Amino acid sequence: MFEGIMIGLSSAFSLTNLMMVIGGCLIGTFIGMLPGLGPMSIISIMIPVAITIGDPSAALILLAGVYYGAIFGGSTSSILINAPGVASTVATSFDGYPLARQGKAGKALTVAAISSFCGGSIGAVLLMIFAPALATVALLFHSAEYFALMVVGLSAIAAFAGTGQVVKALLMTLLGLIMATVGEGALFNMPRFTMGIMDLQSGFGFITLAMAMFALPEALYLVLDPSRSKTEGGSNEIKDLRITRDEARAIAPVIGRQSIQGFLIGVLPGAGATIASFLGYAVERNIAPKEEQEQFGKGSVKGLAAPESANNAACTGSFVPLLTLGIPGSGTTAILLGALIALNVSPGPRLMIDEPQIFWAVIISMYVGNLVLLVLNLPLIPYIAKVLAVPRNYLIPFILFFTLMGAYIGQNNATELLILVGLGICATLLRFADYPLAPLLIGFILGSMLEDNFARAMQLYDGMGFLLDRPMTLALLVLAALLVLLPSYRARRARLRQVGVSDGD
Amino acid sequence: MALDRWIALVILLISLTYGYAAYFTMDASLPPFMRFNAIWPSTFPKVLSVLAAICALIILLGPQTGESGPKAGDIDHRRLGDYNIGQALGLLVLMVAYALLLRPAGFLISTVAFLTLGAVILGERKLQFLLPITALAAGSVWYLVQEVLGIFLSPWPIFFGVGG
Repeated sequence: MFEGIMIGLSSAFSLTNLMMVIGGCLIGTFIGMLPGLGPMSIISIMIPVAITIGDPSAALILLAGVYYGAIFGGSTSSILINAPGVASTVATSFDGYPLARQGKAGKALTVAAISSFCGGSIGAVLLMIFAPALATVALLFHSAEYFALMVVGLSAIAAFAGTGQVVKALLMTLLGLIMATVGEGALFNMPRFTMGIMDLQSGFGFITLAMAMFALPEALYLVLDPSRSKTEGGSNEIKDLRITRDEARAIAPVIGRQSIQGFLIGVLPGAGATIASFLGYAVERNIAPKEEQEQFGKGSVKGLAAPESANNAACTGSFVPLLTLGIPGSGTTAILLGALIALNVSPGPRLMIDEPQIFWAVIISMYVGNLVLLVLNLPLIPYIAKVLAVPRNYLIPFILFFTLMGAYIGQNNATELLILVGLGICATLLRFADYPLAPLLIGFILGSMLEDNFARAMQLYDGMGFLLDRPMTLALLVLAALLVLLPSYRARRARLRQVGVSDGD
Repeated sequence: MALDRWIALVILLISLTYGYAAYFTMDASLPPFMRFNAIWPSTFPKVLSVLAAICALIILLGPQTGESGPKAGDIDHRRLGDYNIGQALGLLVLMVAYALLLRPAGFLISTVAFLTLGAVILGERKLQFLLPITALAAGSVWYLVQEVLGIFLSPWPIFFGVGG
């Protein structure tokens, strides 16, 4: 491990990679601050740039930096104008915005930045401990287990989608898997489901799909509803970034607890930063002494520190399944996985052995990224906050233009742009009807891997025999079925109880 | 019928068509030697189409999910007329036009036109600021993509003879 850290250090501290972290964090903060643009849109817009860089470590470091920066920017806009750009920073606005209203915006930003820094750093330490251990276990897995593990991951994502949403999330996952079968896969050397359209020969483009699922609907939402990008509330005067010793003492244990809890939640597929931040907030409110409990929601520093450290630790945690198993647990890590595949890197347990420099450079760059956010972005915030004043008449055409460019650069094909617009309209309709879109993208990205492993297991055992020969596979598949069925069963029971029917039927 | 059920119906039709192709038409073109394999190109799609059809049916026929009405801050699609639907449609048409014109008209002209018209659709009227900004943006993006990233983008209309 020590050797790995040294490799990572030397790689992460090369001039290019340092520039990547700093640039990524700045770009991420900049765009992430714009209300309505979440990390997923920003990362999908940045992917074409990352891919053309060519060097996988540098590209991944850039994207990870953008990711952190975007989360930090999201927290900033939650605190300053009560407009969380992402679900995972909604809990930040509970106490952050009241603080800003009291004229303590600077203090709130500092607390948020310190909590994020600690959450991210503690997360990175845990990642360093957990990931190699998990990778060693994962090396024992065969294609049958991989297939089963991916099914578990996909079911978990659907299962965590929320009440009444499980079937919808499942359907979206399946739709993603179906879209992944379009085109000529490496597996069979024959085009499938192209409907005679030449441009579908190579399948749907992953960047196109990512743009169509996230960036385009978000831009359309901004157009449809101008109040989403409204920047009211004149709390733009940010002064006095310092916090007192007492406040530091109050938030230290909160940060410690929530970093660990957030990390563990982040490791679970499908749970991620949003759940971690809400849970962190709720837990801290419940265990706080009575008189402090009343402060929550009115500008408590503890209530601000909890979701901030939890969501950053969870973001780091979500890298664990990505780097060790090659299975993304969230929309963002799915996009990162897609970028890695485009760069000819296959994440998974072999990554640590075959290309340790990538693995360790990413981890080290997480520390660097967190440090950059703390020492560079925080003092710059008063200036970066000016971006909130960019008129939307200029902003929206540029967002649309960058989504178009991203799809065009990826495929160098104008038909791709028509596919982008078509899929983007579909995605907006799906969003209207409350269908979650991240499962679709995750299904799409995992689709070919899932089928590959399924096919390999089928060929090895000449049929479905691997289900019985490998108890581990069977156990994982049963777990996947339970994950999906349990929430629907409980929802059904709750519904029956509501209409007054007994549980017995 | 609520929008989510209409969508479920559409997805059901898609998965049935997909399933039909997987079950009945795909295997016909399979070369004989591949028929001995345990897995065919249609195996996985067959499974997917059945699962997707089941899920779509559950949403289509299942009980109404508890919450109706939009969450705070979300868009209520039943009152689309209250939003700037015209602007949104205008921008979508503009994107399609951009896709069709990008090759024939070249990158610079179509991009400046796209950014300018996009802002105009959104209500911007100060063309004296708009045009220089969009021209500058189009120029610098072209420079970045062409020179820094090294991806060919034909800058001028096709009849200038340099188009690709």
